[in-house]
Amino acid sequence: MATPREIDVKRRTLMAATVATAAVGAVASRAGAQVPAAGPPASSNAAAPTTKVSFIVNGKARDLALDTRTTLLDALREGLHLGGTKKGCDHGQCGACTVILDGRRINSCLTLAVMHEGSKITTIEGLGTPDKLHPMQAAFVKHDGYQCGYCTPGQICSAVAVLAEIEAGIPSHVTADLNGKPPLDDAELRERMSGNICRCGAYSNIVEAIGEVAGRKA
Amino acid sequence: MKPFTYERAASPAEAARAAADRPDARFIAGGTNLLDLMKLQIETPDHLIDVNGLGLDRIEETPDGGLRIGALVRNTDLAADARVRRDHAVLSRALLAGASGQLRNRATTAGNLLQRTRCPYFYDTNMACNKRRPGSGCSALGGYSRQLAVVGGSEACIATHPSDMAVAMRVLDATVETVKPTVKPEGARRTIPIADFHRLPGDTPEIETVLEPGELITAVTLPKPAGGTHHYLKVRDRASYAFALVSVAAIVQPDGSGRVALGGVAPKPWRREDAEAEMSRGAKPVMAKLLAGAKPTEENKFKLPLAERALAAVLAEAKG
Repeated sequence: MATPREIDVKRRTLMAATVATAAVGAVASRAGAQVPAAGPPASSNAAAPTTKVSFIVNGKARDLALDTRTTLLDALREGLHLGGTKKGCDHGQCGACTVILDGRRINSCLTLAVMHEGSKITTIEGLGTPDKLHPMQAAFVKHDGYQCGYCTPGQICSAVAVLAEIEAGIPSHVTADLNGKPPLDDAELRERMSGNICRCGAYSNIVEAIGEVAGRKA
Repeated sequence: MKPFTYERAASPAEAARAAADRPDARFIAGGTNLLDLMKLQIETPDHLIDVNGLGLDRIEETPDGGLRIGALVRNTDLAADARVRRDHAVLSRALLAGASGQLRNRATTAGNLLQRTRCPYFYDTNMACNKRRPGSGCSALGGYSRQLAVVGGSEACIATHPSDMAVAMRVLDATVETVKPTVKPEGARRTIPIADFHRLPGDTPEIETVLEPGELITAVTLPKPAGGTHHYLKVRDRASYAFALVSVAAIVQPDGSGRVALGGVAPKPWRREDAEAEMSRGAKPVMAKLLAGAKPTEENKFKLPLAERALAAVLAEAKG
């Protein structure tokens, strides 16, 4: 029986290992020099129409020939082997698939890959590496902003974009003064993160992590 | 999803013509509702016409002091536009009360107007639904109807329109601009008052708007600012990221007169100008007219007093 401390260490080791595996997968995909045959197994159909699309993922140009039905999420996971972006509900309700598209966070499950010719996409693998974490990744580790970790890549991508949205002056449902600068309080962060569900319930630690990166308190 | 072919349209008129030529084609913009429905095979288009590249993503001032909002303006950008926040705040408030940050970043102005109901029987392909499969019956009547319509429904359908944005557009007297496919390369333009844009279900609940085959929304126009104080109160089962049980969009003038439209209670944004004559007398007489003829179910009759109390709260807020 593991002590709570051991479990804690294993959880963190597991998270780092998950990021590392995803990075290795991306390298292996490039080394294989194959045009990725994208699309989930459920979509395989010899007669299904395909379309070519080119976009930039985490700074690298990618050319894909895809079953038109392939969502951006499936293109990232199955086509490019970037497994950090997670499939939760696959219907835009949970936020596990959140990536940053041309500077905006979106649900990658509710958009087709072929709709993003020329776009710039950032996934959790593009934010930081195990050796050099993005400040938001480091803050999630420090504040224990996760338990099982499945929603975490989406939470972190969303959180990075939330701070950019507040910086840009985009109001939210709880912003009292529509014409002023939105405040950086807990109510704002909670409202803006409501599209990312964490069924482990790490919300209060997630808010602390985001607040720290926002420079609210050390 | 069923297999489909895909094209990127080059102009609005070309997109309209491409859609008119193929009855099972759909336009796709944000895709946040259409792809959800395609995954469930509630929508099964054989061809998608991507309209994202049509340049309909600008907000321009009109000669009469209003705003012309391109069909592809994303919900986030519309809510954050300085002119909308200052002069049409009810629209910003309604947009920000809807969906999540991720969805608002993709969802478009036209797509929001065209989104489908979230009636649980529309979504469950095992159940009868006249909107999804005309003539199959309505499982919602006598079923789980807590979220559904109390007014404007029919024996065939009691689905609600799920949009927050559309309720604000209704109270702002917006106009929908479209292009229709014709033999001429530039197509034919028409404008539709928002009040006439959505249809009541009657015995054809599958027909939700007055748009004709291939007709493409190009913009939504707001008249000059209405003045007054702007309010959008949304009552829902959780504090964020949920559809309305009842929502109230209102513009209240200093003399107590004003406008009010309701969301979450009807198959379309619900407004009756004759009810607004009662605004200065309080919520009760307004709701008596606005919800006249209501036919709630046992499960959703709570919406009648809830709507009245929501408006009373808005009117109290307006008095400051």
